[in-house]
Amino acid sequence: MMIPLEHYLIFAATLFAIGIYGALIRRNIIGILISIELMLNAVNVNLVAFSRSTSLAPETGQVFAIFVIAVAAASVAVGLAIVIALYRVRKSVYTEDIHLLKW
Amino acid sequence: MELLNLAGIAGVYTLMLVILIAAVAMVTLRSLFHSALALAAVLIGIAGIYLTLQADFLAMIQILIYVGAVMTLIIFAVMLTEHLSHQTVRQNNRQSPLAIAGICAFLFCLTGVIVRTPWPLQPQNQTATITAMELGKAFMGQYVFAFELISVFLIAALIGAIVIARKDK
Repeated sequence: MMIPLEHYLIFAATLFAIGIYGALIRRNIIGILISIELMLNAVNVNLVAFSRSTSLAPETGQVFAIFVIAVAAASVAVGLAIVIALYRVRKSVYTEDIHLLKW
Repeated sequence: MELLNLAGIAGVYTLMLVILIAAVAMVTLRSLFHSALALAAVLIGIAGIYLTLQADFLAMIQILIYVGAVMTLIIFAVMLTEHLSHQTVRQNNRQSPLAIAGICAFLFCLTGVIVRTPWPLQPQNQTATITAMELGKAFMGQYVFAFELISVFLIAALIGAIVIARKDK
């Protein structure tokens, strides 16, 4: 069962583009975080596909993918903690209500 | 045997299509809770993609961490803030047409680059199944420093998350 590398790459690129779209148009911070998770997953698919097709040591891509998963888990934990804290202070989870660092 | 092979390839493409449809549903659905459920479908589908790439351990990790832990966190956060996303509240900002145009251009360029690049394929990798043992050897050998660093990073992030989210006295 052989799927060419290019098809995996195009699939991952499309998934990444959908993730960017979601991150750009959502007003809700949690929606943006969900879209970022989608983008990280698309990158992981790329890493694993490359490690199977072009890398000299076939486990490298999977090691990197596990690192990306760990960083994604940390980012979603901190991100949701910030959302909860903001919600407590501002009573809002929408991006345009949160402009404390914007001038 | 040939027929079975063909059915497997068709199955992979169907899986990719289902994932893309679920991803589009994820970014367009109004209700954030439904959006989170679509994300769960995408993550399980990507675990299936890992299986077709002979990355069994990674597929298991994907299910455990993403579908098990991250989805729980996201659904908790959605439920805690749910009454804000009422039917009358607009969920998207007004940049949607501009975003679609930009992303189509981005995707077009990227696809052109992917198709034109001559990838240096290594045929001996295509059939290699990476077991958990080889991954563990890589983690404890070549990548041991990065591995220790990521564990410190995870602890720091989790303690930070607790400190940020806790109620001030």
